[in-house]
Amino acid sequence: MPEPRVLTFREALREAMVEEMERDPSIFLMGEEVGHYNGAYKVSEGMLARFGEKRVIDTPIAETGFAGVGIGAAMVGLRPIIEFMTWNFSLVAADQLINNAAKLRYMSNGQFTLPIVFRGPGGAAHALAAQHSQALESLYAHVPGLKVVTPSTPADAKGLLKAAIRDDNPVVFIESEVMYALKGDVPAGEHVVPLGVADVKRPGRDVTLVAWSKMVHTALKAADVLTGEGIEAEVVDLRTLRPLDERAVLASVARTHRCVVVQEGWPFAGVAAELIALVAREGFDDLDAPPERVTNLDVPMPYARNLENVVLPSPERVVATVRRVLGLTEAPRRPAVAGRGR
Amino acid sequence: MDATLLLGLYRQMALCRRFEEAAAKAYSQGKVSGFLHLYVGQEAVAVGAISAAEPTDYVVATYREHAHYLARTGDARGAMAELFGKASGCSGGRGGSMHLFDAAHRMLGGWAIVGGHVPIAAGVAFASKYRDEKDVTLCFFGDGTANMGAFHEGLALAGLWKLPVVFICENNQYAMGTPLYRTLSVEDVAVRARGYPMESEIVNGDDVLEVREAVRHAVNRARRENLPIFIEAKTYRFRGHSVADPATYRSKEELRKWMERDPIRMLADRIQTLGIATEEQLGALDDEVKAQVQDAVEFAERTPAPEPDTVGEHVYA
Repeated sequence: MPEPRVLTFREALREAMVEEMERDPSIFLMGEEVGHYNGAYKVSEGMLARFGEKRVIDTPIAETGFAGVGIGAAMVGLRPIIEFMTWNFSLVAADQLINNAAKLRYMSNGQFTLPIVFRGPGGAAHALAAQHSQALESLYAHVPGLKVVTPSTPADAKGLLKAAIRDDNPVVFIESEVMYALKGDVPAGEHVVPLGVADVKRPGRDVTLVAWSKMVHTALKAADVLTGEGIEAEVVDLRTLRPLDERAVLASVARTHRCVVVQEGWPFAGVAAELIALVAREGFDDLDAPPERVTNLDVPMPYARNLENVVLPSPERVVATVRRVLGLTEAPRRPAVAGRGR
Repeated sequence: MDATLLLGLYRQMALCRRFEEAAAKAYSQGKVSGFLHLYVGQEAVAVGAISAAEPTDYVVATYREHAHYLARTGDARGAMAELFGKASGCSGGRGGSMHLFDAAHRMLGGWAIVGGHVPIAAGVAFASKYRDEKDVTLCFFGDGTANMGAFHEGLALAGLWKLPVVFICENNQYAMGTPLYRTLSVEDVAVRARGYPMESEIVNGDDVLEVREAVRHAVNRARRENLPIFIEAKTYRFRGHSVADPATYRSKEELRKWMERDPIRMLADRIQTLGIATEEQLGALDDEVKAQVQDAVEFAERTPAPEPDTVGEHVYA
């Protein structure tokens, strides 16, 4: 086994890209500020110097254009990594991702493969307001033909990105601005985490907390608090939303008999709803309480810090929900939801 | 003038025309479903352009792409079976009229969101340049594309990165049911290429030889100099936007005027004037084409629909 070193999340991502690009000349990185600026969030720092302008390509602000260029290049055999400065900006290229990348293989009856990774930070950072704070993984996970990857640790970031780059399908790879400086052990060299395999980040017997990306850390903090109350929460990190490791979720719920999904992003028609449907359908006999979810409130993100804190899932909300699921508090207190009954 | 070339072009254009006439008939009989966008009247553009390229050059087209597929592959059976929704279709019955693909012949679709394929074509050309291959990409689109953001972003990147792609605007005067003068702030789509910057040329899209010559020149330059070139072919759609559109928004007089410039008729006249073939000989060629189309229809009718249990195949590699 390769020796682990402590790397930041962004260094781990960079290491994955560098190693893969050294292995395979058909891989290139393209996006806004990835080259001379060294990356808007310094993920690609030093890569231009290492690989040159042919393979680390600065683009104009034209997401539809460069996402489409990536798809065209992938159609004929290159393996592009397309960086969105944030996933919020991917929405102007949604036609490329949803109408083109996700559909090509199917509507050509399997004549084309599309080995392309779209990556960048998603979710809320700090006080960036409504247009820069969206967790869009539920939207992309809705679409057959796309894979959706959401790492939570530096080691997973490296291993999953390497797997995503080697995958022959379009992969939506969502990082997090507020995790880029997160440090952790990362194996050197060949460390590949297969897509579609969840990971138990903390074992527990009393309740299953299902989370991904940044929310894994929210769930872990909640689990620490719950330990103080004698409640052992198991934290299942999905790592990829598509393909979804249904077995890992159901196996955990079979052990704990209770399930709370922690999701950044809006509740309506989100991945958490999908997971609850899964657990209700396949794990019904294992359940001792209705499965619950903790999500963003159903509002656009406000700018004010105090309001933002209200909107985002917090360890406190997770703890409160777990107490309810365990029957330690009274009937569900629903969070304020806008747009309902108005 | 090369007799083989002219007769070959005539045959290809006739194949496109007869194929679409048969497709429209099958549609009216309920054998073809969905949207069916006919290219009747515009055949000189696809046939002239694709004949000017090497078979290894890439073709990226829109949802009005029967002719491009036929000009590139000659495969009437695969196309007709696709329209019929059969497993034997060129996209296995998963694409339909708007999504004709043939990877082996570098026919890369078949894209049905206006403008979305323009950056993709630029990306195919990007790959050619990246690998130092000398293939050129032909990107076809209509005049209605000229106001889409994706069109402009695709041209902007092709211009910025000097990608070997020939953009071919099939200006058929109408963006669906709305005439150009109500949708476009400029007279010619070609002027839009200048800012990217890209050389452009306007050609008579009803003259297959003029299209061919312009595209041949553009493809050679794109290949030699690694740069994009823009060609606007002025033409006319004899039918509605799709077969469901009776095209009542245009006058009979206008249609009659354009039909006098029927590209197939014009080429036939030229062939006869040059003494390459008689009307009877062209008629015989046409009969041959009709037989090929009839064979394609029979093939499409007799081959099976996709197996229901294959519906989940090819979502992922």
